[in-house]
Amino acid sequence: MRLKGSEIIMECLLKEGVHVMFGYPGGAILPTYDAMAKYEDRLHHVLVRHEQGASHMADGYARATGEVGVCIATSGPGATNLVTGLATAMMDSSPIVAITGQVPIPAIGSDAFQETDVTGVTLPVTKHNYLVTDVRDLAYIMKEAFHIARTGRPGPVLVDVPKDVQNAETEFVYPEGDIVLPGYSPPARAHERELDGALQLIAEAERPIILAGHGILMSGAMQEVRELAERAQIPVSLTLLGKGAMPEEHPLVIGMMGMHGEATSNLAIQEADLLIALGMRFDDRVTGNLKTYAPNARKIHVDIDRSELNKNVKADVGIAGDLKTVLRQLLPRLQPKSHVAWIQQIRDWLEDSSERDILNYETPGILLTAQVVNDIWKLTGGDAITVTDVGQHQMLEAQYYPHQRPSTLLTSGGLGTMGFGFPAAIGAKFGKPEEEIWAIVGDGGFQMTLCEMATAVQENINVNIAIINNNFLGMVRQWQELFFEKRYQATPMVNPDFCKLADAYGIPNRYVTRREDIEEAVRFAQSIDGPTLIEFVVEKEEMVYPMVPAGADLHDMKRRPKPGEA
Amino acid sequence: MAKQASAQKVTIVALVENEPGVLNRVASLFRRRAFNIDSLTVGRTHRAHVSRMTIRVDAGPEYAKRIATNLQKLVNVIDVRVLDNEPHIERDLALIKVRSDDTDSRNTITEICDRYPARIVDIGPKVAIIEMVGTEEIIETFIDEVRAVGIVEMIRTGVVSMGRGIRIHDADITRRDLARVAAQSPNGNGRIV
Repeated sequence: MRLKGSEIIMECLLKEGVHVMFGYPGGAILPTYDAMAKYEDRLHHVLVRHEQGASHMADGYARATGEVGVCIATSGPGATNLVTGLATAMMDSSPIVAITGQVPIPAIGSDAFQETDVTGVTLPVTKHNYLVTDVRDLAYIMKEAFHIARTGRPGPVLVDVPKDVQNAETEFVYPEGDIVLPGYSPPARAHERELDGALQLIAEAERPIILAGHGILMSGAMQEVRELAERAQIPVSLTLLGKGAMPEEHPLVIGMMGMHGEATSNLAIQEADLLIALGMRFDDRVTGNLKTYAPNARKIHVDIDRSELNKNVKADVGIAGDLKTVLRQLLPRLQPKSHVAWIQQIRDWLEDSSERDILNYETPGILLTAQVVNDIWKLTGGDAITVTDVGQHQMLEAQYYPHQRPSTLLTSGGLGTMGFGFPAAIGAKFGKPEEEIWAIVGDGGFQMTLCEMATAVQENINVNIAIINNNFLGMVRQWQELFFEKRYQATPMVNPDFCKLADAYGIPNRYVTRREDIEEAVRFAQSIDGPTLIEFVVEKEEMVYPMVPAGADLHDMKRRPKPGEA
Repeated sequence: MAKQASAQKVTIVALVENEPGVLNRVASLFRRRAFNIDSLTVGRTHRAHVSRMTIRVDAGPEYAKRIATNLQKLVNVIDVRVLDNEPHIERDLALIKVRSDDTDSRNTITEICDRYPARIVDIGPKVAIIEMVGTEEIIETFIDEVRAVGIVEMIRTGVVSMGRGIRIHDADITRRDLARVAAQSPNGNGRIV
């Protein structure tokens, strides 16, 4: 079958099982947009309002489904606008394929109109990228791009296609069967001696703790991790992206770790004699000061990316492999154990934490983010997919919306990308149309990508937007309060009337300033089949506790005093 | 800038696909991971699509291993080996232009070159060019001696390296070869393994 490059792109997307792509047209990608017409019934294109939105939507789609998300943009500014989304996906190992138009091959390097060296610009923020210089290479490059994006440690892959390549014709043959890349073979299994080492450390440990990361979700190893924890009676601490790796209501789960983690998790890590780190990478927001991190613990570290082993924390047993495979190798040989004293110690810490819970405070006349998040949790039966932006509301979501299922909290962890939440929620809804989706965003981050309200309306996509509005860049303000003597430089915000804005876009909305009004607003949003917006006006100067200051020892937490001690 | 040959120096050899942008990918990796490298050389091999890099690291084997695992993550990098304890041959080549405008300097140059695997490849009334091949260390020593004559220009290729014995470090097929085979497979079923 002879096809144009533009048609080959569409055929390849179909072969890879793609149903939806997020994009924005422009000169250098126009042939591909023209080809879309023929495929409209099978391949839905979502017109975004800014290319950054397209990359975040593809990312949200990928995180919600585990499938590869696809975004598409023109050359030059279209492609550079994708960069933040690519970097976000790179840091959080999210599989996306970005297709960009490029100026025709003879014009490359001539500073042509809308020309940018996109493979150069995106080199550090993609797992791999391609500039297609011959239409005959297009089909296998597309196949490789999807393969690389979704296998091993997933990540974004960009394919830059010059306009003349999109127009050129060739015989279309999609390479069937397995892809063989000589320089690319993600590790799968653990060696026997590594398993021996791990089993011995587990057998010897009296105060072990599992650090459960995003890799568990990506590998689909939820059941295996649960078996490991239950059989050896090991408490489980979650990373932000590891939420959902085990149900948070499980008695062995002791909450999130790190800078704004549950104090019990951080104390337990510092006291532990064994860390079992599964699919996590010891980010600085998780470890605090590396010199004093888990000083008494030996470490087992399992990750699919060999270069993560011994990067930040030296592993006594480091296993490069697919988590599910490795745990399946390990579990048949794992002896049951109990750690009664250790688990009692952890329960005591948890007891102390719950006394400090902000929800135990009397707060007449003000609305707190924790209350909003916790009420949304109750009103959604704890079963919605929540997509957050970045900042205080993100940390409070992690603390006050316990997740029972994997991939139900979508958030930008590694890059901390403000503006991610709302477009990622739209992408997630395309991937999981049957799920209830809440974008929980701050007033700052929402304004970075709020133009996508038009996209949500045009697609009539059922995403509920909860704006947590404190008229401040809250997390930055918190740092200014603690570390810059309350000099609130460039953090107070004069905001638009978000409800009027929603009106202008034709989005039904509610304005909430009192806790007793939360339920009506949430029920209202749930009753509407389409986008809705609720503006929650919350206390201006809230604090997120506990807090480990950047670079401090993990046990050195600023904590909220207990009621009566304040 | 005579540098003491460090006992800590480790050599990494990488086979990479001979494609545009591969050197850029490797250089970009070193830059963004803040890896400190001593020298990097790239050259062709007997395979049309395979190039070979020799990377010298002025640090311990642990550090070299970190660089190697990161290099291996690049899709265009076919295979990486750290030549740590493995016996290997290494060679560096230097072209050194020195003053030769009097009998004294010409005599000194000839005398020094006789004692090293070095030869004078060009000589004129003002300057001479010396070609010197050897290990990094011996070239350092040679340069120190020649410095007295007056070096006016110099270039070194950087170290290239090869393990001794029959442990072969080679890759006979690249991604592109495989893909092309797949695309040309007549029945449309491009399965090639």
